[in-house]
Amino acid sequence: MSIVAFYALAAICLGGGLGAVVSRNVVYAAFSLLLSLMGIAGIFLLLLAEFLALVQVLIYGGAITIVILFVIMLTRSQEVRTASDNPHRPLAITAGLVVFGLMTAAMVSGISDSTTTQPIAFSDLGDSLFAQWAVPFEIASLVLLVALIGAIIIAKQNTEK
Amino acid sequence: MTLLHFQILSGALFCIGLYGVLARRSAVLILLAIELMLNAVNINLISFAAYSDSAGITGQVIAIFVITVAAAEVGLALAIILRLFRTNNSVDIEELDLMKW
Repeated sequence: MSIVAFYALAAICLGGGLGAVVSRNVVYAAFSLLLSLMGIAGIFLLLLAEFLALVQVLIYGGAITIVILFVIMLTRSQEVRTASDNPHRPLAITAGLVVFGLMTAAMVSGISDSTTTQPIAFSDLGDSLFAQWAVPFEIASLVLLVALIGAIIIAKQNTEK
Repeated sequence: MTLLHFQILSGALFCIGLYGVLARRSAVLILLAIELMLNAVNINLISFAAYSDSAGITGQVIAIFVITVAAAEVGLALAIILRLFRTNNSVDIEELDLMKW
């Protein structure tokens, strides 16, 4: 049963991902990315990571895709030539296939099969985040604050000139 | 389902993102492909977390940090792209050779 769900979700992820990198229409590419990201949220559920699936839907589905769509609208990117016009395209295909081949070879030879462990409770995750990982957690909040202020300053219109 | 299934899915998504980064010309679409690569890394981290006995929580916490940094990166990168569009009237990376010598 779960193997069927895995293959269905993997097909959604890979199909959405391929659509996002080959689509000639920029808006379709963004929606393909959204499809792929929601498939990945399903994969997280299969891996018993409920909190990560929730965060994936909220942050990627709710925030990042919308921001990307806003920038596509603001920059009129439909007029930009897309992947098929790039002279390096055969090189890019070769690079992708070679890296995938190497990765698959390493994974097949190096990873031993094992069984799934128990799901991790939300409270255990929270305890670990605020005890063992408290300092990186605070630094992450600082990174977000700095990125927010930096984004505002960079994107701001220069009105004084 | 074994760990290998998830690992190969993660590797395939990463390589699709790599192709997108190398083959696209619009800066917005390159950013979109980078998001795909970051998500492939998250699948990798969480599948190792789910299938290993001891490191389950650590893998998920690091995946949370990856998502945080990805969100910050998207905000900053899109602000830079908006700025580039305003000064150059284009987001085509072939035309952005200002810092090339």
